[in-house]
Amino acid sequence: MPKAKSAPKAAPATKAAAAKPVMAKTVAPKVAAGEELVFTRPASLADRATHYCPGCHHGIAHRMVAELLDEMDLAGRTVAASSIGCSVFLYNYIQVDTVESPHGRAPAVATGIKRARPDTFVFSYQGDGDLASIGMAEIMHAANRGERLTVVFVNNTVYGMTGGQMAPTTLIGQKTTTCPGGRCKDREGSPIRMAEIIAQLGGTAFCARGSLDSVKNIRQAKKYMRQAFEAQTRGLGFGFVELLSGCPTNWRLSPVAANKRITEEMIPYFPLGVYKELEGDATCGSLVSTGAMAGGAAGESK
Amino acid sequence: MSRILVTEERCKGCLLCTTVCPVSIIRQSERINQQGYKVAEVGAEDMDKCTGCTSCATICPDMAIQVWRSKKTKKAA
Amino acid sequence: MAGKNERIFVKGNEAIAMGALDAGCRCFFGYPITPQNDIPEFMSKAMPEVGGEFVQAESELAAANMLLGAGACGVRAMTSSSSPGMSLKQEAISYMAGSEIPGVIVNMNRGGPGLGDIGPSQGDYFQSTRGGGHGDYRLLVLAPSSAQEAYDMTHKAFDLAYAFRSPVLILGDAIIGQMKEPIVRRAATLADPAEGKEWRLEGTAAGLKANQKPRAHRIIKSLFLMDGELAGQNMKLQAKYDAWKDLVEFETFEVKDAELVVVAFGSIGRIAKNAVRVLRKQGKKVGLFRPKTLYPFPEKALAKLAREGKRFLTIEHNLGQMVEDVRLSVRRDADSELFCVYPGNMPSPDDFVAPILRALGRK
Ligand SMILES: Cc1ncc(C[n+]2csc(CCOP(=O)(O)OP(=O)(O)O)c2C)c(N)n1
Ligand code: SF4
Ligand code: SF4
Ligand code: SF4
Ligand SMILES: [Mg+2]
Repeated sequence: MPKAKSAPKAAPATKAAAAKPVMAKTVAPKVAAGEELVFTRPASLADRATHYCPGCHHGIAHRMVAELLDEMDLAGRTVAASSIGCSVFLYNYIQVDTVESPHGRAPAVATGIKRARPDTFVFSYQGDGDLASIGMAEIMHAANRGERLTVVFVNNTVYGMTGGQMAPTTLIGQKTTTCPGGRCKDREGSPIRMAEIIAQLGGTAFCARGSLDSVKNIRQAKKYMRQAFEAQTRGLGFGFVELLSGCPTNWRLSPVAANKRITEEMIPYFPLGVYKELEGDATCGSLVSTGAMAGGAAGESK
Repeated sequence: MSRILVTEERCKGCLLCTTVCPVSIIRQSERINQQGYKVAEVGAEDMDKCTGCTSCATICPDMAIQVWRSKKTKKAA
Repeated sequence: MAGKNERIFVKGNEAIAMGALDAGCRCFFGYPITPQNDIPEFMSKAMPEVGGEFVQAESELAAANMLLGAGACGVRAMTSSSSPGMSLKQEAISYMAGSEIPGVIVNMNRGGPGLGDIGPSQGDYFQSTRGGGHGDYRLLVLAPSSAQEAYDMTHKAFDLAYAFRSPVLILGDAIIGQMKEPIVRRAATLADPAEGKEWRLEGTAAGLKANQKPRAHRIIKSLFLMDGELAGQNMKLQAKYDAWKDLVEFETFEVKDAELVVVAFGSIGRIAKNAVRVLRKQGKKVGLFRPKTLYPFPEKALAKLAREGKRFLTIEHNLGQMVEDVRLSVRRDADSELFCVYPGNMPSPDDFVAPILRALGRK
């Protein structure tokens, strides 16, 4: 994954960034009498500095995934399918068994994992270039089959890792390194709204779009993520959550201005909310067994 | 008393935390950490204003903030 | 299922599926393409019966990546296809080789390039033996020439894949796949529950006893960015490929006193054997050398025959691919002539007699 030479200095995934030694550990929380620690690093999140640019929302999304894995007591039985993008080093931060997938194929890889080991909790974590462009077939069909998977989709409207090129989600008029005059609807089509598409598919049990631009939206997004996790743990079907995210580096904006752009430009085009929520309390067992190896030999080989 | 702790080596100086504090006590310091970023801080004089709302930690992309909240005593409640 | 040592008549494709099933394969990921459809069709029935999983994927890209996922979990899994689909599988195969994920892949080679035809061909020899996708890697490539061999080799492919943490390829063609022949199945076995225990992904708390702490998380990846890391990984892979040299397998027929050795693999090896038989009856000093492993290639055995003064004729169902490996193997003492059956034409023993005689006559 060669990084474009012109890419901003702060951009990640360079050799140096990958090789950077682990930074000083977070101070172990000391709790004095009369106070309680209400916000700290979840155990599943590695205590190390990330390679992400300042203000990049991958860090928030990672933390929320790790928090949910811990809160829902899933970490020990989780297998993740990481993807190709700025979050390619997911496994350096979220401390669960992880296999790296080729660009766009994480939903297929995750399908293989879940079918092979139905007792695991399986999630993929994918960017918009990865999921909505090269991996469009894989995400659509994993959702349509109702694979018991959870997909965390980070939509930052650019190919972040390769230097900010146009993505399928790039807004009309947005300038990128491959649409320097701004994305033109006639030539390049309109930004794809994935949450709306995934919600249409039969196997999707939960689908929502959240945003990481404000505290309120982050808290709401985490609720959506929990529901997308539960779609799997309750055996309901495919869980999908899209997270509108900032890429200040490739947007050529300060982190604060990037958050403002999400609020003012992205949210109006990509409306937030729940797009699908399977009704009713699923009888977990029967639903799980339709997609899972009930007591098969491979199941026994665990 | 509620309070926060900024792990300075983790801070990337993005300033997102400074935009969400309801009592506006987080600011950029003049200190530059090993990564080369000017880190966020709460002045000692302001810390007692912290409500422990966790907004700053929630929006911090780098897990650089921890938050302690004072337990509500029965009396206070 | 047939009883012990009972002969059953099956197509080569079915023999492959049975070999997989009996070797403990429990996940199959397929996509329709002629001439291998019997394999996914068989597996769609067989997998659920043994508590396994069958997925008809959305493409060969997806099927191969599902194999990658299942393989990373240490579960015996397989995918099958034919040439156009194999092009799509190469992405995942490269990642599997790079990140050392086991899995069995079947290619029932058909005519190409492009959509070609649905008839037999050996046009994917280079793709199979040179890795096939991007980067420096090799696959173990097994080339059956009968339904029984198709069964046995597929069975064995699973053991090899796990012993070496590598994708293993079965290279057949429409002849092997469609021909009905008797086979004897072995007793079905289950994969060793401990297989891949040291590296497979199943969650950090899998198999924990009370009071045990979860182990550190495992990462299976092919991205190596730190200084020296990728070179180290490539050296490790190369050492593995070197170790495969001992796995070489081949068949020889009437080579002892032969002046000319015909080198051919798979279905063509079998047809060439018939031609050699016919010519032996006429007193012609010809023999057959049939590589069963295409990678590793039996270069030492061929070099030895060359040292003994034999001459070589390579016959293949393509425009001349394996002949390069034969020439490399015998280069110190000999060369190899080439007779090609062009993909699109069906080979028969009669076609081979004249070229063998011509090669035998030329000194
Ligand atoms: C087959 C293939 N094509 C292209 C690439 C190069 N590549 C690496 S990351 C990436 C795009 C990532 O963008 P996105 O998925 O939006 O993630 P982000 O970096 O924005 O988080 C591309 C095209 C690749 N690794 N593999
Ligand atoms: S997504 Fe953008 S901001 Fe985040 S690490 Fe990649 S380039 Fe930097
Ligand atoms: S916890 Fe709330 S009040 Fe305290 S510093 Fe952070 S944002 Fe401000
Ligand atoms: S949000 Fe985090 S990284 Fe950004 S300035 Fe505040 S403490 Fe530093
Ligand atoms: Mg992106």
